[in-house]
Amino acid sequence: MTLSWQRLTFFAAALGMLAAAVLPLSSEPTLDLFARPGLLAATMLAAALYAGAALVAPRLSIAVTLAGVVLSCCVTLALLRDPSIAGYATWGLWLPVLATWIAAWLGVARLAAVKPHDKAVSRIIDLAIPLLFGAFVFYLWEVAVRGFGVPSVLFPAPSAIAVRFFGSPWMLWQDFFQTFILGVLIGYVIGCSAGFFVAVVAHRYTFLGRGLLPIGNFVSALPIVGVAPIMVMWFGFDWPSKAAVVVVITFFPMLVNTLAGLNAAGHIERDLMRSYGAGHRQTLAKLYLPAAMPFIFNALKINSTLAFIGAIVAEFFGTPTLGIGFRISIEAGRMALDVVWAEIALAALAGMAFYGIVALAERATTFWHPSYRT
Amino acid sequence: MTSSTFSAARPAQIRWHPTVVRYAPVVVIVLALIAIWYVAAVLMNRNIVRDAFERDEIHYTTGDLIVGTLSAERPLLPAPHQVIQTFAEDVFGWPITSPRSLVYHSWVTLSATFVGFLLGATFGIILAVLIVHARTLQKSLLPWIICSQMVPILAVAPIVIVVLGAIGLRGLLPKAIISAYLCFFPVTIGAVKGLSSPDPIQRDIMRTWSATPAQIFWKLRWPSAVPFLFTSLKVSITISLIGAIVAELPTGAQAGIGARLLAGSYYGQTVQIWAALVAASVLAVGLIGIVSLAERWVAQLMGARA
Amino acid sequence: MRAPDQATREGSTASSPEALAVSAREISLTFQTADGEVEALSHVDLDIAEGDFVSFIGPSGCGKTTLLRVIADLERPTAGTILINGVTPEAARVQRHYGYIFQAPALYPWRTIERNVMLPLEIMGFDAAERRKRVEQYLKLVNLSGFERKYPWQLSGGMQQRASIARALSFEPALLLMDEPFGALDEIVRDHLNEQLLRLWNQTKKTVVFVTHSIPEAVFLSTKIVVMSPRPGRIIDIISCDFPRDRTLEIRETPEFIRIAQRVRSGLRSGHSYDE
Repeated sequence: MTLSWQRLTFFAAALGMLAAAVLPLSSEPTLDLFARPGLLAATMLAAALYAGAALVAPRLSIAVTLAGVVLSCCVTLALLRDPSIAGYATWGLWLPVLATWIAAWLGVARLAAVKPHDKAVSRIIDLAIPLLFGAFVFYLWEVAVRGFGVPSVLFPAPSAIAVRFFGSPWMLWQDFFQTFILGVLIGYVIGCSAGFFVAVVAHRYTFLGRGLLPIGNFVSALPIVGVAPIMVMWFGFDWPSKAAVVVVITFFPMLVNTLAGLNAAGHIERDLMRSYGAGHRQTLAKLYLPAAMPFIFNALKINSTLAFIGAIVAEFFGTPTLGIGFRISIEAGRMALDVVWAEIALAALAGMAFYGIVALAERATTFWHPSYRT
Repeated sequence: MTSSTFSAARPAQIRWHPTVVRYAPVVVIVLALIAIWYVAAVLMNRNIVRDAFERDEIHYTTGDLIVGTLSAERPLLPAPHQVIQTFAEDVFGWPITSPRSLVYHSWVTLSATFVGFLLGATFGIILAVLIVHARTLQKSLLPWIICSQMVPILAVAPIVIVVLGAIGLRGLLPKAIISAYLCFFPVTIGAVKGLSSPDPIQRDIMRTWSATPAQIFWKLRWPSAVPFLFTSLKVSITISLIGAIVAELPTGAQAGIGARLLAGSYYGQTVQIWAALVAASVLAVGLIGIVSLAERWVAQLMGARA
Repeated sequence: MRAPDQATREGSTASSPEALAVSAREISLTFQTADGEVEALSHVDLDIAEGDFVSFIGPSGCGKTTLLRVIADLERPTAGTILINGVTPEAARVQRHYGYIFQAPALYPWRTIERNVMLPLEIMGFDAAERRKRVEQYLKLVNLSGFERKYPWQLSGGMQQRASIARALSFEPALLLMDEPFGALDEIVRDHLNEQLLRLWNQTKKTVVFVTHSIPEAVFLSTKIVVMSPRPGRIIDIISCDFPRDRTLEIRETPEFIRIAQRVRSGLRSGHSYDE
């Protein structure tokens, strides 16, 4: 978008904000904006900020736009608190929301175009952009649900989910403990270790390696979650069967990747070890294993998400009255979707934290790999 | 230095045919695994069989016990031949449209898989094209897409089914939507990688020719992306299958592989579960095979080595 | 085919068999490849005396690297005999008689320069104090003092190659085997490293076997040049150079240098190295 089009868009956004004062806010009788002086002032200020963003330099306009967006979000959310507006909102509300949307979009676009010299600033911006984007998506979700009056049994608003999330810590903790600590972690540790050790042995004895690798690749592509009912039959309804599913799921990617990693050392490096008269164990410790680290961590990251999925799906097949998967399937049937979303939020946070920890460990041990140096 | 101290002549080596060298280890290990499976079946089923004999007060020998473990009706671990037998029965023994036929159930799951895969792959590719061309999208959306890989997406399946069911959509479409939701991520990531893969040198050459972005896309980026795309399509189609199977679980669907697994689990029909798993594996292999064939055909069209 | 005739085997400095670092007789090596048999080496005879600096020169694919790898016990010949310092190549490798330097530095990217140079010492069981002493000594010898804590990717190509030379020297082998070590570097860095290598050789009095396809480099560095021809790999000529041990780059413009270089080139031509 050229600069002149951007300016026009900002002015359009300013106009859109003013629509709140002019157009009806709701299809039901309600106080208009002039009867709400605080919100009126805020709306005017937001409109002025958008207009200002059109006029100042691009870099400054980013901060100006963001201030305007924050103000507009507060105004619209405050308006939606009014029960005569929530569920019946009309153009008086939607135009400002749209205006905020395009202003936010422009602000983020300008932020993305900034190319700072300082590496730290660049990192902060790279972090800020997706966060702002995500925050705005949540805002839109909230406004849409409240404004259109979507029944909360169908699709709850983020605020309702947050209330449920922070209001039931004990239930969430129990589910988390059952699924993640007992099911995922135990299965992950056992499965990855087993895959690792079998790969080391298969690397030592090439016949075994050449036989296991195709089998491992083959099994990795199959819908392994299907073994969940069999595991329930063998290990009962409680967490051991979930851990067993996780073990099966994580074993093969770990095996395949570790084997690939152990074979990844270049033949020059291997000749070098041979020229030193090094035995297999020395070569394993000093060459094969360090060179395999990127591959091993790749598998550990993949496995962290697979393990979680496996544990949750395994719970769909039956579990005592605890667990994230169990809670989701039961409460979904009861249409208590705010509980379900709260559990999903829990799963999302746990999944990201798990992955993040593995990724950090990867950074620490494989800092030397070319993919980090660019 | 007398030459008798060391002769560097290579000892005569047996030269195996390359096919043997390549496949012998796999065959040997598969046979070994099957043998281990039989032994495990005997060991794991022996208690059940022994209890059954004692309950009916039949005198049994060890031979009877072993035979019994390999042909039990509700074994803890069915023997390979039992699984294959049941699988063959369920595939060939019933008419294709019968709800007892594995072919029927496979078709139900497969149709959801295909529709979901098409939706997901198309959406993923379009998203990737947008991301590669708009810097804003790249910086704001791509991190979320990467983050979403860390979230157990399958947890959302029950919600989608319930919500869509509440507004009247049942059957194939919710399952396809779940599959699509699951499988568009690898396609997006792979397509973004592929579309960004051309060398800076190649892009510079395009600039010296004043090529438009559309020309650069169709003549450089898209052809370079094809190998990456096919790799992610293979991953994506297996994920789509898993999604379709799992989507049948939360609401207790009546048809499909997932439903078969569920039913087998509820009624204790062990061998039925195993047969359904074999069916799912056959489907997965078939799907990957189709994508691989397509890949090879496209690669030949693009002049790759035979 | 042996070297053309005894008269051209000038400058064989061996006085007694025990002073021979490498002694090869009738070495032949045939590779089994997917396209059939490839005769990499054909009846190679060679003597290398202790303290010599011998270059193998020839076009790509003439077997010079293969011959070097036979000496290093990284390949087994299909016929012929070879002794390294009086023992088999395998015994020489297990007893760590030689250090091998490859075309690429082959430094391990997860180790600092210091720990890379220590790698053979760790494998061979030297204690920590001895390891540190030797690392310091040999990094100083190749002018890399101060770079101990750096990682390989933080160094230039020439510096990485110097580090790999320090690594090969650290366990003090009698024999150095170098396979086109400077091939990937630009000419100026190459000249500089050639000088440094010569200085090192002078100081440490080791036997060096050096593979190259650069005629000036071979003539500059060597006491003996072995000219080889393409498949099957065989020795065309063995030329000795009488330049003083502490020579500098300036000798490259002297008539003697040019004469020897011409002789190398005519050897390569007669071996069809310049044919299509």
